[in-house]
Order: sequence, then C-alpha cells, then structure tokens
Amino acid sequence: MCDSCGCGDPHKVSVDLQERILSVNDRTAQHNREHFAEAGVLAVNLMGSPGSGKTAVLEATARRLAGRCRLGAIAGDLETERDAERLRAAGIPAAAITTGSACHLDAEMVHKALHAVAWRELDYLFVENVGNLVCPAVYDLGQSVNVVALSLTEGEDKPLKYPVMFRKADLVLLTKLDLLPHLEVSVAALREALARVMPEPVVVEISARTGEGVAEWTQWLERRRGRARAHAHGTGEHARA
Amino acid sequence: MHEYSLVRALVDKVEQEARAHRATAVTRLKLRIGALAGVEPELLASAFTLCRAGLLEGAALELERSETAWACPGCGDAIPAGAPLQCPACALPARLVSGDELLLEQIEMEVP
Repeated sequence: MCDSCGCGDPHKVSVDLQERILSVNDRTAQHNREHFAEAGVLAVNLMGSPGSGKTAVLEATARRLAGRCRLGAIAGDLETERDAERLRAAGIPAAAITTGSACHLDAEMVHKALHAVAWRELDYLFVENVGNLVCPAVYDLGQSVNVVALSLTEGEDKPLKYPVMFRKADLVLLTKLDLLPHLEVSVAALREALARVMPEPVVVEISARTGEGVAEWTQWLERRRGRARAHAHGTGEHARA
Repeated sequence: MHEYSLVRALVDKVEQEARAHRATAVTRLKLRIGALAGVEPELLASAFTLCRAGLLEGAALELERSETAWACPGCGDAIPAGAPLQCPACALPARLVSGDELLLEQIEMEVP
C-alpha cells in the first residue's frame, strides 16, 4: 500500500532504505582495508590536481627510503603508463591502472591492480590517484590514509574551492616549495585556508627537487604505519580472544 | 564527472531491490545529497535521465539536499561555515554533523 503520497494505491509500495549509494564500493574498500591491515601495509591514497607533483613526491620518497623500507605503487591515469614507468625507474615496483575516461579510481580497480603488485611484501603501498581535485575524494579505496598534494603554483584559494577533497585529507603536502621565491603566494594564507576546510589540518611543506621537507614527510609516514600496525595487532588479538 | 558511475551504482541497487519485491516498475526514488558529498545534483539528475531504462524507465528522481553543518564535539556549539574548523571556546577540532550524505533513502514501486 502506498504510504508516501497518500494515494492509497494498493499496488504501490514504498521501501525505506537509508543506504549509501556507493555501498558496493564501500564493501570492496573494506575488503581491501582488511587485506592491508592483516599484512601490515600502510596504503596511501595520494590525490591532487594534474601536475601537483604526486609522482615527483614518490620519486623523492623512494630516494629517501631506499634500502630501508619496501615501497610499491599503483598509479592511475586516463591514458599511458608513464607514471608507473617513472616510479619503476625510481625503484618502486608499480602497476598502472589506465581508467580510459574515468576521472577517479574506485575500490574494485585497486583490488584488481593488487594482483599485479607483490603488495603483501610491502611496508608502504602508494595509490597514486587520477589527477583531479574532485572525483577521487568520493570513492573509498580501502586506504589507510589520504594524502593530498597541493602545489604552491595552484594558488591560495584551492582549499576553499575544493573543500570535499581537503576535508578527507589526513595530510596535505604543499609541493614545489623551491618555487616559493618566484611566486606571489603566501604559505601562511594557504595554511589559513586549509584550517577552514580541515578540522585537524596537518601540513608538510616539501620540495621533491631540493629534498626539503622529505624527511618530515617520511617521518609522518613512519608514525602512521606504526599506529596502523599497533591497531591491527590490537584488533587481531581482540578478535581471537 | 563521476556522476555517471554513481548513477550506475544507484541503478544496480534499485533494480536489485525492485526484483526482490517482484516489482513491475519503479515510480520514484528519493536521494539525499550533502553539500560536502562531492556530487553535483544537476549532473546526477541528467545522468539519471540518460541511464534509466527497464524497470526504472518511468522513475522520478527526488533529490534532497543537506547543508554542511559543523559543531564542537565538546560544547556542542555550531561552527559557522567558512570559519576555522576549531571551537573558539574549547579549542577542539570541529566534527561534521551533516553534509556528507550520499544516500538512497526511499524507493517507490508498483507491485502486482
């Protein structure tokens, strides 16, 4: 019986669901997340505009952590495997996801790509999302942390223009710091804008070119990995008890 | 333009529900979209118009919007939109009260 419009039509039913539209993606993401937690892998969803320096940050990360940590990557792009090739050249085993026309990665694409990476052997798995400040924020991939690369050349108002993306960030990397002397951009103004869209803004200023800030970034990664592993052990024992 | 992939997820979900009820047609869908959900309601509506077929061919789409609301988890005071997201009194990080919803709330169907 129709109870929503009051027409009383006995052939109409109205069903209340209150369900997330992306519940199927959410379930796959949760499945990925459980995999990462069991294997003690910190999965980093790295997002940002095209050209914000995501790949360059990962190249600098590889230089810094070479020989100390096991890194791997999945790189998403509309076309070409160029990012994955750059990462492999930097010493990071990487698989490419070419999305065709899709503007973001989803949990299923990541799950499939995992078959091409020996991810269980890793300390860090970087998922370099499609360059885009809007769509990737909508899809959970099962990541442990969200990191947004924002280059100084993009200007001070980007956080206020794209609040959805920045709200989800656990960390914002202000990239291309070496260009600061050539730009009319204020890091203080950028930090101020971030505080209006992120309840707990954590920001690292970084230059992949000079290496400035790379140590601070990798220390943040190490802390988050330590926390994730402690949590995984805790819940694992709890689950067995 | 992720609205098309959202609509595909929506249509799959609704068709599944309709089949479970042995419905002959879906007449209306009600969604709730938060201002911080990252979805443009107009794009979603036009994507839906292009994708609806079969059981959903005549379905009307009703979109309800939730505004963004932040509050202090300590004192409960609202933090106004556009302000720094930290309570000026308690210095605690604000908590999102509403605005990130991306929900299928209700389906109306015709049954035999």
